[in-house]
Amino acid sequence: MDAAAALERLRDISSQVRAAVIFERGGQVVGSTLADEERARRVAEEAERLLAEAERQREPTAGRGEFAQLEIALQGGSVFVVRDGDRLIAATTPPEPTVGLVFYDLKSCLRELETPVAPKKRAPAKRKPATRVKKTDAKP
Amino acid sequence: MRSRNVLTGTLLGAGSVAGTLLFRRRLARRRERVDIYFGDGSMVSLTKPDEAEPLLRRGRQILELAR
Repeated sequence: MDAAAALERLRDISSQVRAAVIFERGGQVVGSTLADEERARRVAEEAERLLAEAERQREPTAGRGEFAQLEIALQGGSVFVVRDGDRLIAATTPPEPTVGLVFYDLKSCLRELETPVAPKKRAPAKRKPATRVKKTDAKP
Repeated sequence: MRSRNVLTGTLLGAGSVAGTLLFRRRLARRRERVDIYFGDGSMVSLTKPDEAEPLLRRGRQILELAR
């Protein structure tokens, strides 16, 4: 599935996501719900910096787990960043969203990107109506 | 008469305690915060202004850009 289709599906299944930008590690935008490409690029840049700061917050005593996801809850809404390998998605929602559900939808969106589009099933071949041939037992 | 007054007082007290708890819970939920989750299942929640502010600022910037 391509990024545009994955984002379209995300908007269909999640009523809470206002805007979303999919990008690669390094800030390259893969897809976005924002009409303005420059804004999408800047969102990806800010999210990339967020990621770097979030990774710095990991306690030294904690395990070796890499950054997986974050939520920033603000008065004006929430910002989510979810990672799946080298691909990330940053999304915004209204205040007090259903956090678990938003994380799940964003993760699903990233995973759908990886799965190749399933080939369309071939329609069963139409059988030709059998034509009866009258046997003629006529002996010469 | 006295027992009725005691009962009324107790009910009022319990009601105000429950109200305060609910109000504080709601206030805590509305507070600005950053929750970071890592792959090993650990999670860091930043609520203190000095540690959360740099990330909150970036979050506000993203909200503004995505508007």
